[in-house]
Amino acid sequence: MGTRTIAGIEIQVNDEGYMMDASQWTPEVARELAKEEGIELTDKHFEVLNFIRDEFLKGNPLTIRKVGKSGIVDIKGLYELFPGGPLKKASKIAGISKPSSCV
Amino acid sequence: MKKILILGGGTGGTIMANRLRKALEKEEWEITLIDRYKTHYYQPGFLFIPFGIYTRHDVMKPKGDFYPAGVNVIFSKIEIIEPLENRVVLEGGKVLNYDYLIIATGTQTKPEETPGLKENLWYKEIFDFYTIEGAVALSHFFKRWEGGHLVMNIAEIPYKCPVAPLEFVFLADAFFHQQGIRDKVKISYVTPLPGAFTKPRATQMLSGLLKEKNIEVIPEFYLESVDNEKKTIKSYDGQEIPFDVLAIVPVNMGSDVIERSGMGDDLNFVPTDKHTLQSEKYENIFVLGDAANLPTSKAGSVVHFASEVLFENLISMIEGRPMLARFDGHANCYIETGFGKGSLIDFNYDTEPLPGTYPLPGIGPFGLLQNTKLNHYGKVIFRWLYWHVLLKGKEMPVENEMSMAGKKL
Ligand SMILES: Cc1cc2nc3c(=O)[nH]c(=O)nc-3n(C[C@H](O)[C@H](O)[C@H](O)COP(=O)(O)OP(=O)(O)OC[C@H]3O[C@@H](n4cnc5c(N)ncnc54)[C@H](O)[C@@H]3O)c2cc1C
Repeated sequence: MGTRTIAGIEIQVNDEGYMMDASQWTPEVARELAKEEGIELTDKHFEVLNFIRDEFLKGNPLTIRKVGKSGIVDIKGLYELFPGGPLKKASKIAGISKPSSCV
Repeated sequence: MKKILILGGGTGGTIMANRLRKALEKEEWEITLIDRYKTHYYQPGFLFIPFGIYTRHDVMKPKGDFYPAGVNVIFSKIEIIEPLENRVVLEGGKVLNYDYLIIATGTQTKPEETPGLKENLWYKEIFDFYTIEGAVALSHFFKRWEGGHLVMNIAEIPYKCPVAPLEFVFLADAFFHQQGIRDKVKISYVTPLPGAFTKPRATQMLSGLLKEKNIEVIPEFYLESVDNEKKTIKSYDGQEIPFDVLAIVPVNMGSDVIERSGMGDDLNFVPTDKHTLQSEKYENIFVLGDAANLPTSKAGSVVHFASEVLFENLISMIEGRPMLARFDGHANCYIETGFGKGSLIDFNYDTEPLPGTYPLPGIGPFGLLQNTKLNHYGKVIFRWLYWHVLLKGKEMPVENEMSMAGKKL
């Protein structure tokens, strides 16, 4: 746990760099976090980020399949937007906690 | 007459029918249970069939043997649930009304969800062992197989009995040793998870075992499709893994009736209060077992522990008292590791599997996160307990709530 300054805001993050308080998130913060992952955010990215923030704030669990069924992107497209671990990366950039895969 | 309807007469539905019939007056309460199939399969036994340890006959009994007298049993497909009307419609149009509904329709495998999975190679060189048909077909295949690359892949999370594919590769290792062809078989464990298991301590222990048995682990592989010509599996991010024989856990989804009724999430699991086991939307509907979207394992042991909570809460509700029982997500799974040994994990929503002894602190006899002969017998005994104690809704010789006693932090 620690505090970092991102886009001029003091932000609490955990050991893995996920934001602790989703309400501190702004699109500017997202752009900076994305840069650290080597991603330049487009409108499509923001549609995905807003979708997963909405779901997260409603308390709904997130899966790659769910985002793939959102009508915004299919799963393949999601991998193209956030290469590597799409849900983990997107969650980090969206300022929400790391998705937990349950047993 | 008040009416309770139980949908699904597998592990959970059978337990509830037994518990409720004993507790509720026959003159006041009519209990009806509906299932589409007449045979009860002991699903944990499917794991042993591919290796000739069990046959089909070791894992099947008539469902009817386990339902108590005084419960109205209907063998039929359930067409749709209409929760606003408090009624259920069966195939053919028969309508059943209810005061309380228990949904225990489980999960099913959906190979159709993955392009290429259920095509030319299905049950020729691609097998699931989550169905009796797949497990038996694979046993025939393994009898003649002379070696090559065996790939075990999990298509999607969550899936029921999360340790089953690990047990499968452990047993495969032992089986090919016994056949004298282990040096001709490469075994790969390909999973969408970041490691062998979801929780850190268990992953560490299980990764050690996998390594010891020379089983390759390929993590973070999210299956997109199967290429039947090239005999490869492909992930969404372009990885491709060749196989000679593919053992697959297909996408697991809740029953189709949940989808038809518009009551499920994106995988047809019913949103359920994880502590009360009540449906999140309808207060006279409870959800038991694999059908619920609970953040714990989909396993028979969980169904058993949850059934006690559900029973208490339902009775409280019927009697107009507050529902006080809270489910803690308790799961308890024996893990077959091959060569007559096994391991054991015990955990809940908040506590990951830890090393120690179970059920008696310091004594056991079972060792948590340890690889012992006794744990293997635990699994063997589980089948007997399943048929004779668990399904009948009798007390199991272990506590319902997870206990920290005997665990080492
Ligand atoms: C290979 C394998 C290994 C396993 N190993 C273990 C283990 O070691 N330990 C453990 O604890 N658990 C294990 N399990 C898991 C365990 O078997 C399940 O979690 C448990 O049986 C779930 O019970 P349930 O009542 O929720 O569902 P089920 O027992 O699957 O029952 C669901 C019932 O609903 C019926 N149904 C569904 N839809 C309809 C419809 N539309 N109309 C009519 N009927 C319908 C079905 O016919 C079925 O009878 C294993 C499972 C598998 C596949």
